[in-house]
Amino acid sequence: MSGETHIRTPLAKVRGRGSAKSGTKHFWHQRLTALANIPLTIAAVVILITLLGRNQAAAAQILGSPTITIIMLLFIGSTTVHMRIGMAVVIEDYVHDETAKLALLIANTFFTVVVGLAAAYGILKLSFGL
Amino acid sequence: MNAMAETKARVARPLSPHLQIYRPTLTMMMSIVHRITGIGLYFGTLLLAWWFISAGGPNGYARFEWFIGSWIGRLILFGYTWALIHHMLGGIRHLIWDSGRGLGPSEREWLVAANLIGSIIITILLWIIGLLAMGGSV
Repeated sequence: MSGETHIRTPLAKVRGRGSAKSGTKHFWHQRLTALANIPLTIAAVVILITLLGRNQAAAAQILGSPTITIIMLLFIGSTTVHMRIGMAVVIEDYVHDETAKLALLIANTFFTVVVGLAAAYGILKLSFGL
Repeated sequence: MNAMAETKARVARPLSPHLQIYRPTLTMMMSIVHRITGIGLYFGTLLLAWWFISAGGPNGYARFEWFIGSWIGRLILFGYTWALIHHMLGGIRHLIWDSGRGLGPSEREWLVAANLIGSIIITILLWIIGLLAMGGSV
């Protein structure tokens, strides 16, 4: 069959082979993180407001307490995953040049991982009192 | 698929109508605003990372407080607050729509208006609370 030439559309080639079972992964993860972001954002805003008007030592003590650290780590994790998917959709929608699109999608992943790790490091450092 | 699109690129085909064809509606504009606030929040995360990292020492925190206390820093933080609240309320709206509810002509307009008005009210309230928390010191 492989040696024969067929005039087949890409759709006909994959028809009947079953799905890859991951077509809705990003769609689902975007909604899952959106749901998680609601209580986490409210908590993060309340925490950040309590930091206002306090000096560095007090701010470090608040951010470094176990409950606050865990909430902030969850907030950072959930929002950066959400950010990565969201920005990928924007890039795929508006950037049509293949090379530029690939470069931006790579940069998107790098940026979200770096900013997420940096924020998590900042919090953990306070929590561990380093 | 891309190669196919390129070989046929010169064939003049009728295009499906895009954004500029339609009369702007509130739901359409709010869809665009949801994307713009999302992009803003994406880069605003840098500010959050800076806040957390700077809290490790008095000198770094003083630099952060100087920036956030300047008029440009205040403006960025105010914009970040509004974008965060607006995007969160917009996200709730989208989750309601995902469930198949609230898509009727009057319901969707009501949801979009509530999103916009709610985000402005909550942002102003948060800033009043925030400024009271600072006690006008910064």
